[in-house]
Amino acid sequence: MTSLPESTEKKLGLVIDLDICVGCQACATSCKEWNTGGYSAPLSDHDPYGADPFGAWLNRVHSYEVGEGRGSKTVHFPRSCLHCEEPDCVTVCPTGASYKRVEDGIVLVNPDICIGCKLCSWACPYGAREYDVDDGVMKKCTLCVDRIYNETIPEEDRLPACVRACPTGARAFGDLGDPQSAVSKAVADRGGYGLLEEFGYKPVNRYLPPRTANSNTASTSVVAKSAEAIPKPDGSAIERLFAWADQALSR
Amino acid sequence: MHPAYSVILFTTASGAGYGLMFWLCLGHALGLVPNSASMLFVSMALALLLITIGLISSTLHLGRPERAIGAFSQWRSSWLSREGVAAVATYIPSGLLALIWLLGMETSWTVPLAVLAAAGAVVTVYCTGMIYASLRTIRQWYLGLVPMVYLSLAAATGALLLGFVMAVFGYVPSWVAALTLVTLAASAALKVHYWNVIDADPGKYTAEMATGLGSPGQVRQLDPPHTQANFVMREMGYAVARKHAEKLRQAVLFALFAGPAVMMLIVLFFGWAAAFFYLLAIGMTAFGVLIERWLFFAEADHVVTLYYGASRA
Repeated sequence: MTSLPESTEKKLGLVIDLDICVGCQACATSCKEWNTGGYSAPLSDHDPYGADPFGAWLNRVHSYEVGEGRGSKTVHFPRSCLHCEEPDCVTVCPTGASYKRVEDGIVLVNPDICIGCKLCSWACPYGAREYDVDDGVMKKCTLCVDRIYNETIPEEDRLPACVRACPTGARAFGDLGDPQSAVSKAVADRGGYGLLEEFGYKPVNRYLPPRTANSNTASTSVVAKSAEAIPKPDGSAIERLFAWADQALSR
Repeated sequence: MHPAYSVILFTTASGAGYGLMFWLCLGHALGLVPNSASMLFVSMALALLLITIGLISSTLHLGRPERAIGAFSQWRSSWLSREGVAAVATYIPSGLLALIWLLGMETSWTVPLAVLAAAGAVVTVYCTGMIYASLRTIRQWYLGLVPMVYLSLAAATGALLLGFVMAVFGYVPSWVAALTLVTLAASAALKVHYWNVIDADPGKYTAEMATGLGSPGQVRQLDPPHTQANFVMREMGYAVARKHAEKLRQAVLFALFAGPAVMMLIVLFFGWAAAFFYLLAIGMTAFGVLIERWLFFAEADHVVTLYYGASRA
């Protein structure tokens, strides 16, 4: 049924910290690896190691440059389905393949009834849906619905693959409908925001903004301090011995 | 937006078919069309042929056409589903009419059936337009003008086809030529107005809004997430060069309006070789409407391009 639920019991989603994401692509790779064998299997690729690789990915990491001069910065920006509360990608679906779950708010595509008309991808402003040309159906982030409730895998793995893989801890998963959850608290502390809120789909995923380097002196002073920590040469016998050894070994 | 040829063929062919069905049925209900069973049947058969070619063509862009039956289920929320339901429902009165006229039966049922078929044709074309006009992601489509353009072009191309079939059967009433002229003029006027509207709107969304990163300044793409264009960029990122678009718009106005209008004036005032001039006008209009539909896609900017280097959409 492609009519949206009035409300959902939970609002499961991701919180992505743009301040610490280093753009390593581990989340995107891990997502691809899990989902090409999981709910979304296959996530087909064409010419994957050739000159013109083309394939379905559910998570993509962009890199942007923001601002000018000394105030500018590079921001790595992972982008996947935001599991919106009121998305048109669900309502435009003619078959009922695209739906939003009442129990946890996850937006899913039923691959058994999708006809591959691609209209849902046209309705998404976030580019979250990618068509699988081999499978003939639409693919999207499932929030790893086949991991998070999966009792056959160790408890610490019951997280979306992207969250589990992130080496810097830039990704967190939880219930954004519960103000007491860790993710909701992180959003409140850091001024987390939704993408393109003006659009009106009420995205659930939140982004934590990169912190502003409010003074250049603050950052240079750290460098200066660490430089001070290195003792200056004092001309002692041991130093001269090392200098001689260095020269002798360098010949 | 990437112009899918199957969708272009579908919307133009079925649009013309529904237009022909509408005028034929309206003309029949009002007693304006001569009661020649063979002419009525050929007209309706041509309409149904164009509609069916269009609908079959529309399934070609599906990844899983064998499951297309499922597309009739979500008419509560989806304009695409509504279009499917309306198209199938319209087959019932129009198919019955074709059968009645083929068998040459004398019955008063043709008038209510014709009214139903005419209404079904309008509803189906309106649903086609609304599939596009309901997408908030594309400012050139998210306009009340879009279904109006679809309806007016269906009306104009359908009137032209009706005039041609009637002329082949030896009927050249001036009201058909006048109707064609008026609907062509209305289509051209609507289309010019549509182009003025989309040109005046630079788009209200920016890359800064899309990423939420605007506070230090302008957002520029440093590295895309992949080395080659992905599905989103191929499907949504298609763009036509501005100068080509300008030339193509002029070609549309000539082929869709100026050329056929001259043919209609010849038919109206001289009345000779009407079938030939209708056929010429149909050729020009077909060319014009195909370019118009191609441009409708190629000139459409999708909001997702903001994540891929566009600054406004």
